[in-house]
Amino acid sequence: MMVGRKRVRPDRYKVFTRRALLLGGIQGALLSTLVARLYHLQVVENKKYQMLSDENRISVRLLAPPRGRITDRFGQVMAANRADYRAFLIPEQTENIDVTLNAISRILPLTLDDRARIEETVKKQRSFMPVTIAGNLSWDNFAKLNMEFPDLPGIQPDVGTTRFYPYGARLAHVLGYVGTPNEEEAGRDPLMHTPGFKIGKNGIEHAYDKELRGFPGDTKVEVNAYGRIIRELDRDESTPGRDLQLTLDLELQKFAAERIATESASVVVMDVTNGDILAYASMPAYDPNDFNVGIRQAAWNMLLNDERHPLVNKPIGGTYPPGSTFKMITALAALEAGIITPDFRATCTGKRFLGNHIFHCWRKQGHGTLNLVDAICHSCDIYFYDIAERVGIDKIAEMGKRFGLGTRHNIGLPHEREGLMPTIAWKKKRYRAGWLRGETLVAGIGQGYVLTTPLQLAVMTARLAGGRAVNPRLVRSLIDAQTEAPELAISPVNFAAVRQGMIDVSNRPGATAYGARITEPGYSMAGKTGTAQVRRISTEERASGIRKNEDKPWIERDHALFVGFAPTVSPRYAVSVVVEHGGGGSKVAGPIARDVLLKAMQLDSGRPAVLPSARQMPPRDPTI
Amino acid sequence: MPDVAVELKGQDRSWHAKIRDLNWIIIGLITVIATYGFAVLFSVAGGHLDPWADRQIMRFVIGTVIMIAIAIVNLRYWMAIAYPLYFVTLLLLVAVEIAGEIGMGAQRWLDIGPIRLQPSEIMKIALVLVLARYYHGLTTSDAARVKSLFIPLALIFVPVALVMKQPDLGTAMLLTATGAAVMFLAGVRMWIFLSAIGSAVACVPIAWRFLRDYQKDRILTFLDPERDPLGSGYHIMQSKIALGSGGTFGKGFMLGTQAQLNFLPEKQTDFIFTMLSEELGLVGALALLLLYVALIGYSMLAALSIKSHFGRLLASGIIFTFFLYVFINMAMVMGLVPVVGVPLPLISYGGSAMLTLLVGFGLVLSAVLHRNTIIPRGGPFA
Repeated sequence: MMVGRKRVRPDRYKVFTRRALLLGGIQGALLSTLVARLYHLQVVENKKYQMLSDENRISVRLLAPPRGRITDRFGQVMAANRADYRAFLIPEQTENIDVTLNAISRILPLTLDDRARIEETVKKQRSFMPVTIAGNLSWDNFAKLNMEFPDLPGIQPDVGTTRFYPYGARLAHVLGYVGTPNEEEAGRDPLMHTPGFKIGKNGIEHAYDKELRGFPGDTKVEVNAYGRIIRELDRDESTPGRDLQLTLDLELQKFAAERIATESASVVVMDVTNGDILAYASMPAYDPNDFNVGIRQAAWNMLLNDERHPLVNKPIGGTYPPGSTFKMITALAALEAGIITPDFRATCTGKRFLGNHIFHCWRKQGHGTLNLVDAICHSCDIYFYDIAERVGIDKIAEMGKRFGLGTRHNIGLPHEREGLMPTIAWKKKRYRAGWLRGETLVAGIGQGYVLTTPLQLAVMTARLAGGRAVNPRLVRSLIDAQTEAPELAISPVNFAAVRQGMIDVSNRPGATAYGARITEPGYSMAGKTGTAQVRRISTEERASGIRKNEDKPWIERDHALFVGFAPTVSPRYAVSVVVEHGGGGSKVAGPIARDVLLKAMQLDSGRPAVLPSARQMPPRDPTI
Repeated sequence: MPDVAVELKGQDRSWHAKIRDLNWIIIGLITVIATYGFAVLFSVAGGHLDPWADRQIMRFVIGTVIMIAIAIVNLRYWMAIAYPLYFVTLLLLVAVEIAGEIGMGAQRWLDIGPIRLQPSEIMKIALVLVLARYYHGLTTSDAARVKSLFIPLALIFVPVALVMKQPDLGTAMLLTATGAAVMFLAGVRMWIFLSAIGSAVACVPIAWRFLRDYQKDRILTFLDPERDPLGSGYHIMQSKIALGSGGTFGKGFMLGTQAQLNFLPEKQTDFIFTMLSEELGLVGALALLLLYVALIGYSMLAALSIKSHFGRLLASGIIFTFFLYVFINMAMVMGLVPVVGVPLPLISYGGSAMLTLLVGFGLVLSAVLHRNTIIPRGGPFA
């Protein structure tokens, strides 16, 4: 056996059996490898794979908090939230964006503009970030979309909330609008990248964005391999943003905005006693609802190029020469400086010579001899040239500042302009030139360098009416204690004279605003008209006869102004009205101011004496 | 196994006696494994018989009838058709090749009226039959000679080349390994195998240069699936995640998140073992493995009792093919071998694989049932 091993062939059954056993051994070894591998994956590395498996299927999604509502002083909702049915596109989940968009246009017609916007956003954003295809879908379209979307890779229907401004343009410049944060605003905050999340872009929405925004919650959802949500596993609700209560009176606001009608104007109504802004109208305006989804370029261009500047927040963003509405300041400057008394008289012949310049009164034939009250009442220019020259520009500017002119009031709205109270030092710095005496005269009647915003004029009027240095305010809920504004240290005699002048303006027959007086019994108002020249009237023009405003192109017409307060005894409301290129203050601005003041007084009846506090606001209705 | 007297030519038992004498343990094990498969398919469909489990059950019932029908046919007849079947199948493979050329792409089946014929599946059985038939005619010393290597090598190489061209790497590997196993069991010298394996390993760096870029890519991805997690590495990554997250006891029947949520591709076919392991854990996976070991081991023991060389080689060849299916599929989903399209026998959804396996086991059962049939070296009816 030992020697003959090579020659002695074992029979094939034995070979087969031996080799079958060997093959069985190999099989056993291979299967053992599988068992070892299984053990390794399922037991040893189980934790790791469990984690990967959870990552695979669980997706944490931020829940955008509902934005705080904005209400008026009585809790009327001015900026609400409402359900928004919308559709997103997730670029990385589509094979071909064009094909997907074509498919979806069978359900939701997309304009070329839409497509351009979508394609542009797709290019800008990272591919896993959803792009809004359409918002504000009708329920029918949304239902159709939900039925079709399993066959439309990358399309995601969604229900979110969107900002809704029930009063549209009438509150546009106060509330502002919201929009999708841009890259710079978004930064790395994941909340900013939550689909459908909006931030305040203008107005109160922008100024108090942090308060209104709230804190995001999150939801852990189980998703399948295509990112489709299977079910929710866990939910951490978001904290809604704070409701914000403004000082506005919605009824008055609506009235003021509508009263402006087709004019390009601003109306600001303030509470004389505490500075609350009750109405803040700037027209024409835009509909802030249009900005939610992203305004179309064409519409934006139209707004931008409109000569009536619907995008300008006129009460703080428009500066105008105050014209004759400034005369009270000149008067008080002269009175307080002790240069004149209320009895001081001057004679108006219609002209005043200074060097070789002639300064004209608006009344060509002159006013004759007047005292201060008469001068305000008839808005005599010569009287104020005279006292302005005596008191000097610096004192006038100082008085203007005490009444809130030429200074920012920071009521919480962006883009507030400062206006200008010119001084000798200012001119030196600005123009490297000396102050001219003639410039004082012009400034005395609110022309020349003097520039004010309608808000400043309202503040001025409120201070004139109440005698206290009230500061305007727009947001009520953030102010706790109402401390009374300090007295303006102005002699009561002087104040009384100026106020009497203003009372006469709209109550004495023949006065500048007699035509705009309140005729309803039991109501009264005081005021001052103003007409601000948009351009200098040349000598030739004056010689050939000043063209009437109606004959000039709109853009060259004078601005019409009116400031007023009501009632005349213990005043409560102060108003400023500026109508751009409106012509004369008495004809256009006065009636608006009268109607608004009358409305404000009429609204007082039937209103609670004590306002509900911000914390006792009506319960949140999720649909608004 | 009831002891049955040596059967000689023309002395078959009656068909009902044969059915009684069938190895019911093998049939039982097959049924248990298939039933396990139905349950998994039921889970894959999210707790529904439709669309997979119901059809699979129907196929299994039909397949089992066919299997038993094959089993009671005398082994001699199967031996007799070995060569004709092999060559016809080869012709069909060529026909597929031509049809595939016409059809502009890879094609694996022929449409003959209502039947979809997949010649590569038939070849898996025909090859074992023909090799067993060939070696049945050789003495031990003949089988050990180098010169008698050429015919079996040719018998293996021609269909492998045709299948490779389809291209169906999985089937080609399976055919090669099965052929080699039959040759090994038939007594081909050990050194030939060792040197064949040795030279194959030596050829790897040379072969690498001849590979196309996408083929290299596929191999690299196999070695490191993370290099292309969303592309070709996705399957294997997701499979490992699903399997590994199953743990010892699994996530529970019908609760496998990865598979149920579609992270796992082809979960009802090639990756069904992953699904099973995710939901039923190591315990469920080992249970299936144990059933396979029982079926393979028990069938092999039965094969050892077969008197004819043809019967032994045929049975063990087919059992080995079955083993390869199990091993390659499991190793594949565990990331041990590259992803090739090999189903998990009796579990994966699919008609042709099921039929092939049951026909194969029909032949195994026939060989076991006719284990005492003596077949002369010259041929079945010599």
